[in-house]
Amino acid sequence: MRHVIIGAGPAGVVAAETLRKLDPDGSVTMLSSEPEPPYSRMAIPYYLVEQVGEEGTWLRKGDGYFESNGITVRSGARVSNVDTEAKQLGLEGGDTIPYDKLLIATGSQPVIPPLPGVDREGVHTCWTLEDSRHIIKRATEGARVVLIGAGFIGCIILESLVNRKTRLTVIEQQNRMVPRMMDDRAGGLIKRWCQDKGVTVHTSTTVKSVDEGSDGHPLAVSMDNGESVNADLVIVCVGVKANTQFLDGSGVKTDEGILVDRYLQTSVPDVYAAGDVAQGLDFNTGEYTVQAIQPTAADHGRLAANNMAGYKLKHQGSVNMNVLDTLGLISTSFGLWMGVEGGDSAELYDGDRFRYINLQFQGDVLVGGSSLGMTEHVGVMRGLIQSKVRLGHWKDKLKNDPTRIMEAYIACTQAIGHNARVLTA
Amino acid sequence: MLKALKLEPEKCTGCLQCEMACSFENTGAFNPAKSRIKVFTFHDEGRFAPYTCTQCDEAWCMHACPVEAIVLNMATGSKDVLSDVCVGCKVCTIACPFGTVNYEADTGKVVKCDLCGGDPWCSKACPTGAITYVSADESGMERMRAWAQQAPRTAGAQPNPPKAKEVQVFNIPQQGGH
Ligand SMILES: Cc1cc2nc3c(=O)[nH]c(=O)nc-3n(C[C@H](O)[C@H](O)[C@H](O)COP(=O)(O)OP(=O)(O)OC[C@H]3O[C@@H](n4cnc5c(N)ncnc54)[C@H](O)[C@@H]3O)c2cc1C
Ligand code: SF4
Repeated sequence: MRHVIIGAGPAGVVAAETLRKLDPDGSVTMLSSEPEPPYSRMAIPYYLVEQVGEEGTWLRKGDGYFESNGITVRSGARVSNVDTEAKQLGLEGGDTIPYDKLLIATGSQPVIPPLPGVDREGVHTCWTLEDSRHIIKRATEGARVVLIGAGFIGCIILESLVNRKTRLTVIEQQNRMVPRMMDDRAGGLIKRWCQDKGVTVHTSTTVKSVDEGSDGHPLAVSMDNGESVNADLVIVCVGVKANTQFLDGSGVKTDEGILVDRYLQTSVPDVYAAGDVAQGLDFNTGEYTVQAIQPTAADHGRLAANNMAGYKLKHQGSVNMNVLDTLGLISTSFGLWMGVEGGDSAELYDGDRFRYINLQFQGDVLVGGSSLGMTEHVGVMRGLIQSKVRLGHWKDKLKNDPTRIMEAYIACTQAIGHNARVLTA
Repeated sequence: MLKALKLEPEKCTGCLQCEMACSFENTGAFNPAKSRIKVFTFHDEGRFAPYTCTQCDEAWCMHACPVEAIVLNMATGSKDVLSDVCVGCKVCTIACPFGTVNYEADTGKVVKCDLCGGDPWCSKACPTGAITYVSADESGMERMRAWAQQAPRTAGAQPNPPKAKEVQVFNIPQQGGH
């Protein structure tokens, strides 16, 4: 069996390793359009501050890891078309590669907004190692940097830019930072925290154009509030879109991402999709969405590979979750953090100490949560959401003090009090 | 045969010897705040529950790590954090459904239980036998399984359910198959 994987991010790599284990006699080939060995975009913020070198971003360490594990990696190989009838791929440059089972794990790419001047030299996205090298060159001490977009990725690299001692201005169109992960109050606290640390933050502000700068700065960014700010580097982080262009004419159906079923199979038999490019099942909503997060990419990769190898595994849906460190202020969000109709919530807000926790319930089951300034036991929110543990009277305790979430979990699942009779009988 | 930490909250008196031993073994100082095993206190009921990583087979933390900083210790079955590789992204802390991987701001890295390399200090320090290090089949698996049956479930087979009800049993040996 010839397994071919397009993409060498976490989804592709986890799938390749899983296939290797489950189908020892088959061949596994992984293609990447980028020149580097398989690496993790998530490590980019740490590469930007030179906390790790390029090897530190590699998904698997050690030269020859993939070869010695029987996985063929072709870097710098961009797929330009897929012929699902003939079961073969076309590469840029003309090569073709036949497959029996195909996994599309091509991830996403940054959206470039149609702004006047966005193609000027010194305007970059922050998505690849290549982008990072450009950013490192320009983001030197004292350099003026403008970050367009304070979504999750923008906020993730914000800290790196501050740590590189640049003078940073952040411009966000929505009314708060990380609008898709944090509510008004938490997003507001993150903004205040950044401002306290010397970052200029404009929310509810739209960029109109990137122009020529003054006072020795090559660029200037104009906003709809009439202001303009000089820049040596402009970073655009306004969102991503799934890499599906090469599927035109292949019969593989796409929407926001590639449409998949519960087995991560696309509309075409023997063609699967995983990771940022796949529109997979959301555990909480039951809807198919592009989550574009690392843990989901790893989940998808493993599941898709099982199904490709003939071990039927049904996707139960991935919990959407994020963790963000903004200059030392740590925030998390899980599942339906914005709540559900007919549900209720527990909240604790301490703005002076930058602490916040919000839990969302449906009946006595946790369905979502978000936190700010908490690092202990945060994962238990995922556990409670995904195992649908019934909280019983612990729900009321949490409504009084939502920080007791770990105790609630233990009390509901361990041999304590009432449970002890059940568990130790 | 791999061994497992068996936690019996009903025997715990809340003396915190385990937290002391854990922090001393791992940081060189008695500092319960740095302990990887935590004793939770239930004031209303006057009860205590020691709790730490289950070294679960699913290893959610390990699979979520973007830079392979969490690895399987073949000798003990524990999932160990390689501090020098960890970049401190914290994804493992949200991926672990048991809440037992924690971020430490002063080091910029995460920490979790590694069974002290096969000689766990918490169990040696516990005066009441609430924490013991035993072979997995003595650690009450069957009882845990029975309890797990009562957990609410979503329909259909879960490929990788967080084993919320089996938390007291560590290092469950994998049964054959893949
Ligand atoms: C700076 C930054 C920080 C991030 N931080 C976090 C975080 O903290 N937490 C989190 O959950 N997520 C984070 N993410 C998102 C996370 O990196 C992605 O969700 C994850 O990489 C998705 O994995 P993937 O395998 O689906 O796709 P990718 O990692 O994007 O890999 C796609 C692969 O496909 C290849 N490819 C694309 N098109 C083609 C083609 N036509 N032919 C051949 N190969 C192709 C690419 O070269 C690449 O190898 C971050 C992303 C960035 C950029
Ligand atoms: S915090 Fe460290 S160990 Fe955890 S996922 Fe990130 S790099 Fe891996």
